[in-house]
Amino acid sequence: MSRFQVVSGKGGTGKTTVAAALALALATEGRRTLLVEVEGRQGIAQVFETEPLPYEERKIAVAPGGGEVYALAIDAERALLDYLQMFYKLGSAGRALKKLGAIDFATTIAPGVRDVLLTGKACEAVRRKDKQNRYVYDYVIMDAPPTGRITRFLNVNDEVAGLARIGPIHNQAQAVMRVLKSPETAVHLVTLLEEMPVQETADGIAELRDAELPVGRVIVNMVRPHLLDEDTLRTAAGGRRKEIAKALTRAGVTGSAGLVRPLVEQAAEHAQRVELEREQRAVLAGLELPGYELPLIGEGMDPAGLYDLATELRKQGVGEGAGQGVGT
Amino acid sequence: MTQRTGTATTGTAGATEDGSSPDPVEGTSTGPAVDLPSPTPALNTDALLDDPGIRIVVCCGSGGVGKTTTAAALGVRAAERGRKVVVLTIDPARRLAQSMGIDSLDNVPRRVPGIKGEREGGREGDGSGELHAMMLDMKRTFDEIVEAHADAERARAILENPFYQSLSAGFAGTQEYMAMEKLGQLRARDEWDLIIVDTPPSRSALDFLDAPKRLGSFLDGKFIKLLMAPAKMGGRAGMKFLNVGMSMMTGTLGKLLGGQFLRDVQTFVAAMDTMFGGFRTRADATYKLLQAPGTAFLVVATPERDALREAAYFVERLAAEEMPLAGLVLNRVHGSDAARLSAEHALAAAENLDAVGIVDQTTGKAGLRDRADHSVAPDSPEVVATPGSAPDAAPDVTPDNSEREDTAEQKNTEDHEPTASDRVPTASVEELTAGLLRLHAERMQVVAREQRTRDRFTALHPEVAVTEVAALPGDVHDLEGLRAIGDRLATGSDPAGAA
Ligand SMILES: Nc1ncnc2c1ncn2[C@@H]1O[C@H](COP(=O)(O)OP(=O)(O)OP(=O)(O)O)[C@@H](O)[C@H]1O
Ligand SMILES: [Mg+2]
Repeated sequence: MSRFQVVSGKGGTGKTTVAAALALALATEGRRTLLVEVEGRQGIAQVFETEPLPYEERKIAVAPGGGEVYALAIDAERALLDYLQMFYKLGSAGRALKKLGAIDFATTIAPGVRDVLLTGKACEAVRRKDKQNRYVYDYVIMDAPPTGRITRFLNVNDEVAGLARIGPIHNQAQAVMRVLKSPETAVHLVTLLEEMPVQETADGIAELRDAELPVGRVIVNMVRPHLLDEDTLRTAAGGRRKEIAKALTRAGVTGSAGLVRPLVEQAAEHAQRVELEREQRAVLAGLELPGYELPLIGEGMDPAGLYDLATELRKQGVGEGAGQGVGT
Repeated sequence: MTQRTGTATTGTAGATEDGSSPDPVEGTSTGPAVDLPSPTPALNTDALLDDPGIRIVVCCGSGGVGKTTTAAALGVRAAERGRKVVVLTIDPARRLAQSMGIDSLDNVPRRVPGIKGEREGGREGDGSGELHAMMLDMKRTFDEIVEAHADAERARAILENPFYQSLSAGFAGTQEYMAMEKLGQLRARDEWDLIIVDTPPSRSALDFLDAPKRLGSFLDGKFIKLLMAPAKMGGRAGMKFLNVGMSMMTGTLGKLLGGQFLRDVQTFVAAMDTMFGGFRTRADATYKLLQAPGTAFLVVATPERDALREAAYFVERLAAEEMPLAGLVLNRVHGSDAARLSAEHALAAAENLDAVGIVDQTTGKAGLRDRADHSVAPDSPEVVATPGSAPDAAPDVTPDNSEREDTAEQKNTEDHEPTASDRVPTASVEELTAGLLRLHAERMQVVAREQRTRDRFTALHPEVAVTEVAALPGDVHDLEGLRAIGDRLATGSDPAGAA
């Protein structure tokens, strides 16, 4: 598996949740993963139910089997000051720039500078090695911006390399692009079995491919169990109401007469939903991409649910093979 | 337990098998609608839409909750009740845009055909209503501002500047800023009784309030002046005014960004200079417009934790900004007309029937999947794997072929029930009924979870008026679908249905 796993998808489909589960799933025995977020929303802290994360890599979870998950909430402003410090030893000048509003300018207004910093920081973590020349993180997983913005976000370094034609920013931008366009990176899209997210997924994949960014997998999230098969439902709606009413009474339900209509209606809605889901599955199948599928955690998400999702991902093959030392 | 019943959803989204299309409001009268300690005030959507004093309705909320659909449905309803309406949508789903005939992106309001002047049940409709709709094109809007506020030569210099080209296509907050800019423009034209605005799918529901201010403060900032200094003064005259600190700064930036980039920025800033005052003034004016009594905010949320948390922030923020909140639209609410049968009871009954089934049941294709009883058991901490995620299944979203064939076959045989039932001759009534009960139990669990989430919001903000829209099984594709949502918006706060 690629060492840099980018998780995008339509808003609200579960990007943050899936990225966290993926970071847990990839942290198999002895491995270390880094989960990064870039939108300044403290989403990671929310899913792990911990305090807000500082701009600092810290251990946030131990995976089943002993791997470790680190987390980092990348802050564009801090990342910029870090860069200035790192490359130019600009301690005091950095502060002066900040006073003038230049940092604000760079991180909130100037096109792409913010995204350059965020992707740059993530790529730095991907490439970082320790004294023994081993990768510090086996995998870096990014909770990325949504589908509508992901291509532009990842490609921003191309744009910047074009705008700033020379100088260290130019070089840095090109180095980041090399990582992002290599097989070291995989961009996954999270979707639900609903029309809008599936459509957005299809569009997003086309855009990523156009930009020559490596598309990873489609991750279908919040898949609901099918309780009844559709044939049964058809039969149910087709005039067995009296029988059903009797069966309800036999099962100990009182006042069953009034319940049959709503129960059958609910079943019809369910059948309709199942049908819609099938259609969406067919659309996804047409994309000809490998995928993962995660169940809906019916009781609502909590850290336990996250571990369940990670287990599910492992069952589907996440974390097998590859790891330390693969890819450069 | 409080189970606020929603409306039956099959009536509008597709006929039920036996063709009965329950009246959307019928179901609401059967359940114990409100037994909260203090009932949530109802949001009277029609009164809002009919109020001639209301000129702007802003639909806000976090991403993916249905803001755009709500805005469109309100637009259709208001127009059909006789108002001249324009809906400003942002990033509408393709089919939603198509339903209003605005799937071509042109940043100009267009009349939506098919609006009925007078509707059955609509009180005000006198045939004078009109609906116009548009999709925000942020780059186009930015270009228009430049064209309108700079002379031709300067405008060209700006539009061709590479820095501007990147900036207008997407600096953080451009969309938010441009949405507010467009709102100001539409309002200034004074051609519509009512403007309904969708807000961008921001990372935070509040961005559209903050972006104009951020831009404003940036434009007033020292940094801009510093950047402008060399370009404005030019050559040696400029150099004289640059103190050591400043030259170090521009030097640093030049080193970081490359000289050409900095020159582009400077040219851009200089060219924009004359427009800055205008930007700031308009951002301030739009902000005041949002505070005016003719504006009403509707916060849209789904009954989920995150969405309602954002909604709560938003309610607080609006209060802090003295912006008028009309209420909360709770979208995609699940209800049940069989709410009096609890999940626990339904599951117990299903088990009773299972016992019968074991005795009676012949072999053959089972009508129920056996994992069903695990997945809805209330004490089961996790949902059991679904077919595609079974441990032995390949990690692939491609449905297996048999499933695909099923779909095709079922489509063809949709109207021929004998065929379908022939294939499952063995589904006993016990199995069937047990399945219905389990489905119901699942539904009741969703209803209960949504209710808990809502209760948390209500506890925080008991004063906020609420209307709710039942979850539809499918997406909205046409005006009829938008009307159905409009009906729910109008009746969703009123358990007795429309007056
Ligand atoms: N498999 C799942 N089962 C149940 N709930 C889930 C599942 N995945 C995600 N959720 C819930 O769905 C909601 C949205 O998830 P999440 O925040 O991960 O989405 P996101 O794509 O990151 O959203 P955003 O676009 O706002 O960043 C959360 O409340 C989360 O707990
Ligand atoms: Mg997220």
